[in-house]
Amino acid sequence: MADILRERERQVYRKGQQQAFQLDCEKQSVAGSVSQRACVFCGSRVVLYPIADALHIVHGPIGCASYTWDIRGALSSGPELHRLSFSTDLQEMDVVRGGEKKLYAALCELIDAHKPKAAFVYATCIVGVIGDDVEAVCKRASMEKGIPVLPVHSEGFKGTKKDGYRAACDALLQIVGTGPVDDVSPLSINILGDFNLAGETWMIRDYYSRMGVQVVSCITGDGRIDDIRRAHGAALNVVQCSGSMTYLAKSMEEKYGIPFLRVSYFGVDDLSKSLYDVARHFKDKEMLQRTQSMVREELQRIMPIIADYRRALEGKRAAIYVGGAFKAFSLVSALRLLGMKTVMVGSQTGNKDDYEQLRELCDEGTIIADDSNPLELSSFLEEKDVDVFIGGVKERPIAYKLGIGFCDHNHERKEALAGFEGMVNFAREVYGSVMSPVWRLTPRKRGNPLEVVK
Amino acid sequence: MSSQPRVPKSVPRPNWVSTRNPCKACAPLGATLVMRGIEGAIPFLHGSQGCATYMRRYLISHFREPMDIATSGFSEATTIFGGGANLHQGLKNVTSQYHPSLIGIATTCLTETIGEDVHGLLHEYREKNGGGESPLLVHVSTPSYSGTHVDGFNGAVRAVVEQLAEPGAVPSAYVRSFVNLFPGLVSSGDLRFLKEVAADFALPMTLFPDYSETLDGPSMDKYKKIPEGGTTIVSLRATPSANASIEFGRTLRTKRTAASFLQERFEVPAKRIGMPIGVQESDVFFAAMEKLSGQTMPEKYRMERGRLVDAYVDGHKYLFGKRALVIGDEDMVVGLASFLAEIGVVPVLCASGGKSGALKHAIAEVTTHVRETVAVRDGVDFMTIAEEVELKELKADFIVGSSKAAKLARTLGVPLIRVGFPIHDRIGGQRILHLGYRGAQQLFDLIVNTLLEVKQDSNSIGYSYL
Repeated sequence: MADILRERERQVYRKGQQQAFQLDCEKQSVAGSVSQRACVFCGSRVVLYPIADALHIVHGPIGCASYTWDIRGALSSGPELHRLSFSTDLQEMDVVRGGEKKLYAALCELIDAHKPKAAFVYATCIVGVIGDDVEAVCKRASMEKGIPVLPVHSEGFKGTKKDGYRAACDALLQIVGTGPVDDVSPLSINILGDFNLAGETWMIRDYYSRMGVQVVSCITGDGRIDDIRRAHGAALNVVQCSGSMTYLAKSMEEKYGIPFLRVSYFGVDDLSKSLYDVARHFKDKEMLQRTQSMVREELQRIMPIIADYRRALEGKRAAIYVGGAFKAFSLVSALRLLGMKTVMVGSQTGNKDDYEQLRELCDEGTIIADDSNPLELSSFLEEKDVDVFIGGVKERPIAYKLGIGFCDHNHERKEALAGFEGMVNFAREVYGSVMSPVWRLTPRKRGNPLEVVK
Repeated sequence: MSSQPRVPKSVPRPNWVSTRNPCKACAPLGATLVMRGIEGAIPFLHGSQGCATYMRRYLISHFREPMDIATSGFSEATTIFGGGANLHQGLKNVTSQYHPSLIGIATTCLTETIGEDVHGLLHEYREKNGGGESPLLVHVSTPSYSGTHVDGFNGAVRAVVEQLAEPGAVPSAYVRSFVNLFPGLVSSGDLRFLKEVAADFALPMTLFPDYSETLDGPSMDKYKKIPEGGTTIVSLRATPSANASIEFGRTLRTKRTAASFLQERFEVPAKRIGMPIGVQESDVFFAAMEKLSGQTMPEKYRMERGRLVDAYVDGHKYLFGKRALVIGDEDMVVGLASFLAEIGVVPVLCASGGKSGALKHAIAEVTTHVRETVAVRDGVDFMTIAEEVELKELKADFIVGSSKAAKLARTLGVPLIRVGFPIHDRIGGQRILHLGYRGAQQLFDLIVNTLLEVKQDSNSIGYSYL
């Protein structure tokens, strides 16, 4: 059984073992608990990262820029400015005298050198503390250089990753509504909350184009500033990563009257439902028919492949620990399609509704955890004798050290896991990890190795 | 032949204010790595949650091992009213979860900027919670706006030694019977090698830090909260009783280090030598080992050296006059430059994100017999390096450096020999052996074979013998 800190006891739940469902969440991480969460800056950085023709400059000491240099699998079909790392690299004297001058000079030289369509200035922990007026510097640079220069208020300590999402959305809201929309079709959408990891946005765009839907902008996968400027012309916002993008969608609804739909492109059930929901929203019979035949065609193609993987994976046990809970829903059903059981599921930033939905979705005995840590996660993996753990880079060594398979479902992944093709990739990756012969040699499976051969 | 003098173009070098594609990480990261090299210890960052998480991710991607770093997790209120309560609660929680023997606390830019009195806060904590099985607390100041991960690393080595050193910690029979070795930021494989050397010389040695096992351990059936291995606290207490301290790093001359502290305070002679990469720098190390142990170099190493020199002869034609860019942490760069120079490769540009002020001199010391110009740039980033290469038309044949140089290698269309830290795009970075004759042998074979591969693949003949 897990060694759970007293302060965290109400953040772990086992389905069926307690009478009333109660799970504390949306709390500040407990000091000393080794949370898997990041910070406000991380939230902002991850959301804005894929905008490929903008300059992203981190204002602060070097660490934050070093640790986020080219770390994401967000692809671009054109410029790749987002894959470079820029920082004001504040030094001791800057901390004493303030970093405004340095920021201004850095912005000017970088805008001149790279000619971006916009610039995002990420304020990190100490910027507010040393009293830099980032807003004023951005305004001045914007005036002089003729592009939007937007402060992103992402001081690490000022909340959680979610506050960072919000800061990013606030910056985006300053761009939305500044471009021409005369050629935007009434059957049009913005794709919100897909980050084009391994080209996923391109696959999704293709589905929409086959359905006859115009995609005005992708926020932020393969993102372009000029597209985002026009986003207010779209008839519908289609939101995948709800944790990061619901705020933007709601703000656009208030300001421009654009309704939004929550979707998920992971797993065939959620994906198909999402595409149908969009088609139904437009009340266009032909579009619905096109969607139906597309879905049918894709399913006919992939289901035999999935069935083959399923034969090998039936009954295997999976654990999930991801950033946003919304992704976890789709993963639970995608794993079910592969015949697998989810025995543990958790997220860094889920809310009450998310966890309630997860509880309904999961089988008896499943562990649900909010803002977990390596000691808890490792004990869950051991207790539930998990075959594959689905998470991000920080979760990987926990699984591997214990001789357990792992599938990266985070922003660093190089395999497209969204869409119909993504389901096949996901099945292949889970299969490839679970069925690898290497586990047979690990202490977990083999015990005393020389005893076995005697 | 590339011995003609190269005249740099008279284009003025722009003076960039920003850092573009950094060639360094921040100081606290180095400190957490050191704390991971103490037996039973857990690293702890006093600052925002994100610092711990980003550094874990960065280190995990290199070592491919669990790397737990606890944090006090600052909030807005903490920043205004001070982090004392969070620090205390964090220490308490880490203690109850991990049962560490030591908690290694490093500060961050935030805590340094708001002027946290960590020393005082820890004193307070000890008063309230001391005694019994409460862990030792050591503290290193690592403001991220000062220096690099290497400075954080070396600073943490010194801080731990300073805070744990206890003259008289060992029975008098053992006084001056062993040596301290402070190797700097090297791989887990290097650390294992150094322990093997000490054992073969029958010289008792305190190697610090020692993450040879904590960050390159075996597969397990039960998760270890704190992996086994690391420098023991007993031996860290005993450092003042050593016969001598060896410290790797020619650029440390300007720094206050663990070895210089022990010399000044406890008169433990400090022997500062270069990182032993290649024959000449390894000779210096093995000579020191001979002197301190009173034993001649074991046959095993004599043979390793012999085979290495024999390999140098076999491969010299493939290498002579080749040009390399050497990029990485300063002392690693110096060691590599020495090695490249002795095999006939011209290190045309030696560059580092670090800025000790001693790099130029150190490179000059180890490249005296190189006839071509060896450019040295410290405190630079990767875009500046790329511009320098273009500006001076350096025409390198290959790069030796960390995986952060991969983009540059791709742009220049030359191979990258991955060494040092971090290696984020290959497996086994923690096992790369750089040190000693054995490490040089591996690097040598890798470099020659990489160049032969280029030669073989880049012409239409496809030689069968090379």
